[in-house]
Amino acid sequence: MTKILVIAEHAADTVNPSTAKSISCAADIEDAEIHVAVFSDNGESVARQVAALGSVSRVLRIDNAANETLLAAVVAPQVVAIADGYTHIFGPSTTFGKDLMPRVAGLLGVNQVSDIMAVLGSHTFKRPIYAGNAVVTVEASAERTVVATVRTASYKAVSDGGNAEIDAISVEADLPTHTRFIELLAGSSDRPDLQTAAKVVSGGRALASSENFEIIYKLADALGAGVGASRAAVDAGYVPNEMQVGQTGKIIAPDLYIAIGISGAIQHLTGIKDAGTIVAINKDPDAPIFEVADIGLVGDLFSIVPEFQAAVGG
Amino acid sequence: MDKILVGLKRVVDYNVRVRVRSDGSGVNTDGVKMSINPFDEIALEEALRIKERGEAKEVIVVSIGTPDAQQQLRTGLAMGADRAILVESDTAVDPLTGARVFRALIEREDPGLVLLGKQAIDDDNNQTGQMLAAIWNRPQATFASKIEMTGDTARVTREVDVGLEVIEVDLPAVVTTDLRLNEPRYVKLPDIMKAKKKQLDQLSINDLGVEIATPIKSVGFEPPAERQKGVIVEDVAGLVSALKDRGLL
Repeated sequence: MTKILVIAEHAADTVNPSTAKSISCAADIEDAEIHVAVFSDNGESVARQVAALGSVSRVLRIDNAANETLLAAVVAPQVVAIADGYTHIFGPSTTFGKDLMPRVAGLLGVNQVSDIMAVLGSHTFKRPIYAGNAVVTVEASAERTVVATVRTASYKAVSDGGNAEIDAISVEADLPTHTRFIELLAGSSDRPDLQTAAKVVSGGRALASSENFEIIYKLADALGAGVGASRAAVDAGYVPNEMQVGQTGKIIAPDLYIAIGISGAIQHLTGIKDAGTIVAINKDPDAPIFEVADIGLVGDLFSIVPEFQAAVGG
Repeated sequence: MDKILVGLKRVVDYNVRVRVRSDGSGVNTDGVKMSINPFDEIALEEALRIKERGEAKEVIVVSIGTPDAQQQLRTGLAMGADRAILVESDTAVDPLTGARVFRALIEREDPGLVLLGKQAIDDDNNQTGQMLAAIWNRPQATFASKIEMTGDTARVTREVDVGLEVIEVDLPAVVTTDLRLNEPRYVKLPDIMKAKKKQLDQLSINDLGVEIATPIKSVGFEPPAERQKGVIVEDVAGLVSALKDRGLL
């Protein structure tokens, strides 16, 4: 009997799309009964959103004042306290899940399957290694709980239409006080979230300054797109790190990805290879980005981008 | 704080594009350049800076692996680490076993801080630091882009998906490093000579009494799916029309 517990990611009162994608991965395992745990200080609204997702049969709502900010050290012992009876525990491969799930695995005394990109069986999965230069098929022991993170870019969100029961439960666990949340410095932006946007425009080192990045923002706004950047642009200080797309930044799968002045280092390509259509604009016709681009345009970005923006009505 | 423990994993250099062997038995690492995992190098740089500010007395670098990993430990010593420990293993250890090795070394060394890279760029697991913090029952601060030592605590800025999260952890603690934490120093020739005289202890996993964990088995390797090569358009008008054809505009 396969019973999977998925740990919901949410911010305040809104469930993160990574949750529906993790559920989608869990649902790829045959005959799985899927429960979702919502840890919060008040999870009423999030639990209701999760209960409406397809494939979910039960939502566990664990309210505790200590869960206001979801620190891994505080959440992990609570996950372990309810882990009994589950064959699998899944979380998203976002910074939330990457922080939390190995701590859960450590407490359970098991290794973790990181970044599931495909399910081949209840204990057999595919995952990327070497910055995506290779894909390995792995087998987890059937004797142990499978703790795993799900590479969200590999999965579509599970559809709505669920009607799971919600159980508010209390969990007995010693919660540490050695780790304390101080503050979240969020980049304020009205643009679509990079991780979930249907369209993304990214700029690279060729932009040459943070001022010049303005043309990327303007094009993105004309297209209703999120904005990303290469690691080179982040390293050069043109944009903050949370905009970084690639193996060491965000791995994304928008319908349309437009790479501007990005040469296409392997670690960047790893972050976009599941995108629907990739457009590359670069002055170097030999840039590796053209090897993966569906549509390429060779030329000076400083003249092309404003013209493109005008053409799409921005 | 007296000691900082830093993990240095020997990995294929980040500039090498590894390829899967044609028989699918693994990736080809014969004769390729090996280096310190870049995130671990950042961890060591940070430890050295903390020591140079007078906030720690000794920096100990640790590697788990074959005797070849002495090279990376010597590089770490040349960067400025005070001494090194090689925990020998013929095969690559899984993250949980790695965490148990560090846990055993913590018993011996009693560090105030353990600094590790957030992930190794070979298996990309991103697990060991969190697992160590779990089995040690101590705080973890993953994906650090800033570390401020404040006596018995550390204030760590973390790179999270929505921006930067600041947390405070009691010491001792495990901190894992992200790219923007610092830029590691270059090693100078005289330091390489000096490093040869520094202490490098060799132990086995057995010496530490560590139980090997059940690994996640790798049963096959394949290259990533290739994307089809696309079209080159001549100008913006061509780009707009190609996007319209695909229903994207």
